[in-house]
Amino acid sequence: MIRFQNVTKRFGTFTAIDNLSLDIFEREFFALLGPSGCGKTTMMRMLGGFESPTEGRIELSGKDIVGVPPNKRAVNMMFQSYALFPHLSVWDNIAFGLRRDGRPKADVEARVAEMLKLTRLEKFARRKPHQISGGQRQRVALARSLAKAPKLLLLDEPLGALDKKLRQDTQFELMDIQEKTGTTFVIVTHDQEEAMTVASRVAVMDEGKLIQVATPDRIYESPENVYVADFIGDVNIIEGRATPEAGGEDDTYRIDWAEGETPLQATSATRFDPGQTCYLAIRPEKVTISAERPEGALNAVQGKVLDIAYLGNISTYHVELTSGTVIKAQTANTRRISRRSFTWEDPVWLSWTVTGGVLLAG
Amino acid sequence: MNRLSWFNTVSLTLGFAFLYIPMLILVIYSFNASKLVTVWAGFSTRWYGELLHNEAFLDAAWVTLKVAVFSSSIATVLGTMAAYVLVRGNRFLGRTLFSGMIYAPLVMPEVITGLSLLLLFIGIGLDRGVLTIVLAHTTFSMCYVSVVVSSRLVTFDRSLEEAALDLGCSPAQAFRLVTLPIIAPAVISGWLLAFTLSLDDLVIASFTAGPSSTTLPIKIFSAVRLGVSPEINALSTVMIAIVAVGVIAASLVSKRSLVRQQKDEQEAARAQ
Repeated sequence: MIRFQNVTKRFGTFTAIDNLSLDIFEREFFALLGPSGCGKTTMMRMLGGFESPTEGRIELSGKDIVGVPPNKRAVNMMFQSYALFPHLSVWDNIAFGLRRDGRPKADVEARVAEMLKLTRLEKFARRKPHQISGGQRQRVALARSLAKAPKLLLLDEPLGALDKKLRQDTQFELMDIQEKTGTTFVIVTHDQEEAMTVASRVAVMDEGKLIQVATPDRIYESPENVYVADFIGDVNIIEGRATPEAGGEDDTYRIDWAEGETPLQATSATRFDPGQTCYLAIRPEKVTISAERPEGALNAVQGKVLDIAYLGNISTYHVELTSGTVIKAQTANTRRISRRSFTWEDPVWLSWTVTGGVLLAG
Repeated sequence: MNRLSWFNTVSLTLGFAFLYIPMLILVIYSFNASKLVTVWAGFSTRWYGELLHNEAFLDAAWVTLKVAVFSSSIATVLGTMAAYVLVRGNRFLGRTLFSGMIYAPLVMPEVITGLSLLLLFIGIGLDRGVLTIVLAHTTFSMCYVSVVVSSRLVTFDRSLEEAALDLGCSPAQAFRLVTLPIIAPAVISGWLLAFTLSLDDLVIASFTAGPSSTTLPIKIFSAVRLGVSPEINALSTVMIAIVAVGVIAASLVSKRSLVRQQKDEQEAARAQ
């Protein structure tokens, strides 16, 4: 439905978007994720019509939309600051876009009523934006941008101003509304948890380039490079040299990673040449911590507990290996007031399976 | 309420005495029964009555009012447009120069402004009258309006305009339906400022006024040169009263709306 073709955007000498191509499909909930300054907001502003690309094409439903002003696009945007009109009531804010289309009065009223119902704002229709709470304002902004039933809704850090609890509730509401209305949503966020929760597909961006575009679970479980692995969630990265395992399966590699430590083993779908530098990325929850060396474990290293972070539902152990490397391991606190098995300075074994980690080239 | 220390009381009294004793004397003498300004001969309102029958003063007052209304309205439109372009417009060549130049008349000595306008009007052969005073007043009050409006526009959230465009407004509609209502208080206070500046201007008006179009300040000034009459005291008192009522009303209105907005915001925060 949306197609970026070799889009480049420069501001003076600064390249915000660098020769980027991307397809976004109908009815998708698509997230642009990246640190601030990575170009995600520029992408969104180009879709909204507030910026035009220096080079390349942007198509919406097969038509080139470069040069079409914002008021002529079937695209609506929900602004980070919400941008509610302070001199208009909630009702008039939502009706604003509908009135510009010159729709009959009855139509406008019916549509506004529908939007108020969808966002559960019926009680606040007559209030001014400064007379309602932050969460309500956010819903007004959403209702206003959905009122014209756009083909595409752009959301710029829509939940940034809400506190954590409210944000989580609102995320589910957003997904619900997206499903009900069938609109294509493109959300810009720097919060990886938010992107993972709401989106059906996530694009991780950095310095004006797409690093990886995939579903949330693929982004998390099989990142394509160290940047993505590191940006999304918590991860241990072990640098080493890969050698194809002679006796094992075709895609098993031996990783020599530190003097005096047993080599590790990992599988990889991508090929590594013998002796090639590689990075093994392992999520902390895939690392098992135990007092004895687990029998039959192919990857097991020994160390002592350096730090314990108790987070309620889980605990993260920071374990220092004899080589000095620190590895994080997570265990779920499934039992209430369980006796803590390990404490500071305890010698422990860390182990993970051959498929537990991802082998990356860089 | 804290009580003031003696030092603060003295400073306050001195300051206010300095500011208001001259005006107070003027007001008191306007109720003097005597024809001699400096000799008190009992309370009377006869000068207010005579003022009503003084055609020359009334004509001058009417001219002044007309000039003030027209010049401040034109200055508000032009000043707002200039402020909008300078704050909002895309970067264009010489923008910094232009924004500097719009403030320059603020510090220009009035005599110079008046003289240059006079030369211009003579040069293009425009007869001096109400029209030339309106033009002259528009010229110098426009930059005050533009200063007031641009300081509001600088803090104006641009995404409000973008939201209006996004919802289907043309740029002109976005300005009329969103920007203008929100910056209206600044525009109104710009208008009020231009209006009062025009009301009390003497220097520029005396350069640009013709024989048929004397404004009140010119009239008062020339009358005073022949000797202060109690009538002028009465006229001045009326002007003080009008200005005082205007200022008090404006501050009450703005304070009320501020208090109401704060109350609303507190309630909204509690409801969350």
